[in-house]
Amino acid sequence: MNAPAKPRLAVWKFASCDGCQLSLLDCEDELLAVADGVEIALFPEASSRMLPGPYDVSLVEGSITTAHDRERIQDVRAQSRLLVTIGACATAGGIQALRNLRDVEEWKRIVYARPDWIDSLATSTPIAAHVKVDYELRGCPVSKAQLLELLAALLAGRRPNVATSSVCEECKARGTACVLVAHGTPCLGPVTQAGCGAICPAYDRGCYGCFGPKETPNPAALSEQLLALGMDRAALGRFYRTFNAAAPAFGDEAQRHDPQP
Amino acid sequence: MTETTRTIEVNQLARVEGEGALHLAIDGGQLTAAQLRIFEPPRYFEALLRGRDCREAPDITARICGICPVAYLMSSCAAIEDLCGLSVPAPIADLRRLLYCGEWIESHVLHMFMLHLPDFLGYPDAVSMAREHGDLVRTALRIKKAGNGIVALLGGREIHPINVRIGGFYRLPTRAELAPLRDELAWALDAAEQALLPLAALDFPDFERAYTFVALRHDSEYPMGRGRLVSSDGIDLPVASYDDYLTEHHVRHSTSLHSRTAAGGVVHLGPLARYALNHDRLTPRARAAAQAAGLPPVVRNPFRSILVRGVEVVLALEEALRLIDGYVPGDTPAVAFEPRAGTGYGATEAPRGVLYHRYTVGEDGLITDAKIVAPTSVNQAVIEADLRHYVEPNLHRPDAELRAVCETAIRNYDPCISCSAHFLKLTVERR
Ligand code: SF4
Ligand code: SF4
Repeated sequence: MNAPAKPRLAVWKFASCDGCQLSLLDCEDELLAVADGVEIALFPEASSRMLPGPYDVSLVEGSITTAHDRERIQDVRAQSRLLVTIGACATAGGIQALRNLRDVEEWKRIVYARPDWIDSLATSTPIAAHVKVDYELRGCPVSKAQLLELLAALLAGRRPNVATSSVCEECKARGTACVLVAHGTPCLGPVTQAGCGAICPAYDRGCYGCFGPKETPNPAALSEQLLALGMDRAALGRFYRTFNAAAPAFGDEAQRHDPQP
Repeated sequence: MTETTRTIEVNQLARVEGEGALHLAIDGGQLTAAQLRIFEPPRYFEALLRGRDCREAPDITARICGICPVAYLMSSCAAIEDLCGLSVPAPIADLRRLLYCGEWIESHVLHMFMLHLPDFLGYPDAVSMAREHGDLVRTALRIKKAGNGIVALLGGREIHPINVRIGGFYRLPTRAELAPLRDELAWALDAAEQALLPLAALDFPDFERAYTFVALRHDSEYPMGRGRLVSSDGIDLPVASYDDYLTEHHVRHSTSLHSRTAAGGVVHLGPLARYALNHDRLTPRARAAAQAAGLPPVVRNPFRSILVRGVEVVLALEEALRLIDGYVPGDTPAVAFEPRAGTGYGATEAPRGVLYHRYTVGEDGLITDAKIVAPTSVNQAVIEADLRHYVEPNLHRPDAELRAVCETAIRNYDPCISCSAHFLKLTVERR
């Protein structure tokens, strides 16, 4: 009797730093077990074996920044039963989405001697702006624990258990004193989605929002606090505009304080 | 027999980090072009840094590369500290070196065993290799994890650590927090020495080239976070003179800029260069490991870079243990400073070679100009030259074999493409 076919996994890259897919290779203890549970059909960063689709689960890293990638994501969607975005680039456009507010032609000229040789869209957009996405994992980078939970859940055919509360709750859970209240350190924890385990406050720094906005954030209230701490509006704008600058809750709040040209 | 034009397409160059393609043109049995085409979508970091506070630069530039974020954090801090005339006290400098050791260990081991070794043993990846070489792969994963243990503890997490800032750290670890890393690192040091021996017995192509090596060099230590810029052809410059030595050029087939010396020369960065220019700075066990692996003080065969990386893993493990044992926390996690106007220069040794940052900052502390040169981008030209020399005598081989040798030659360097501007497509054009 044949063993049941293992689910087929594919890992795709768009504009990104590779950090999120690398998180999978950083699961040193679990990597071989994961490889046992699924058939890694396509994972170019890790393997030169590239099997054709269809795939049961596609993990997609990176944002859409070129015309070619805009086409390619359609193809990835068509070949994938479930499509999961991993990380801030894929779910919110990433740091490269800062271009959305600027003139990308000027940026090309800053970096390249021959801007006419460069093919790039004026925007960096999340995967969900182009195709249907089944699950999203936040973070810059994603958390290994969430990534493993997601894979385990999908393998077992259940919904992944991924937090939607704020970083604040994780601070409370790990017993970290609030850096905002106790030290007056600017922190985006109250509006940022949990998932990292509240790393930054545990290291005496404020959260800089790398997991992006939580489900129902109230950034206006937080901004009042931050202004009261003496942050100027331009700095406040920059605070919201980093790795999730194009996520509406962060982008809009930044815009309110620091409208860009 | 005359060869007709023939094209092979490989959709992706695997086991490298980034997107690229390779184009070989063969005309009448002669190789006329070897181009490493990098078409990783540009992310415009140098442009998006303009208008950002210089204190934000380390966290932002870390996102250039997930495989060596510590290198970005360190070069960025070095450049802005240079600009502000800041020097950090010994305990902070030591902790930075410890963090860098962690990245060298995990990144080198990833490269050696998961990206490179499968080529030599004939597997598509480390997971398939694990079926017959399970112990080796499990050992490698455990050494890698020991390195990541340092980065996770000191940096807060393995990828894009959060605990680094200009002037030092946000929070200093206590001696008690660092101590538990020790046993695993000590185990890893022995294991890394052992794991190097079977690698030394691999069948390496007989191929050497006369490279111009460029690396940092420091008075007393094997270079990681500081030093002067030196080369095998005799330059010895402060990092601030980097731009006088290497300049960048935009070539059509790459979104990652090429670098050349004023005379048009091509330079080689990375483990072979560091090792050749700093052999006298190896730690005792790293020197012994090099000897046991049969390495001369200068290695010119790029395929042997897997062994030199192994020597550097031994060195990084030995250094990590020394730094942990000698660690006495200073009284402040970071030196206080105020940004000021000016230009600052920084370079450190990323696992793949010298990583250079330059920033110009205005009175308000905001960046007005930034330049970042990743080692892979500098190495593109040397990779192309390797390919030309390596492919030339192999032209008679079938395309599939040619492709395999080219991919291996590229993986000698990694190359880590997302940092310099994956998806490797090989076209061989035979006329
Ligand atoms: S989300 Fe962050 S870590 Fe993930 S690919 Fe993008 S830049 Fe890298
Ligand atoms: S605390 Fe905030 S910035 Fe830090 S890792 Fe977590 S989500 Fe990211």
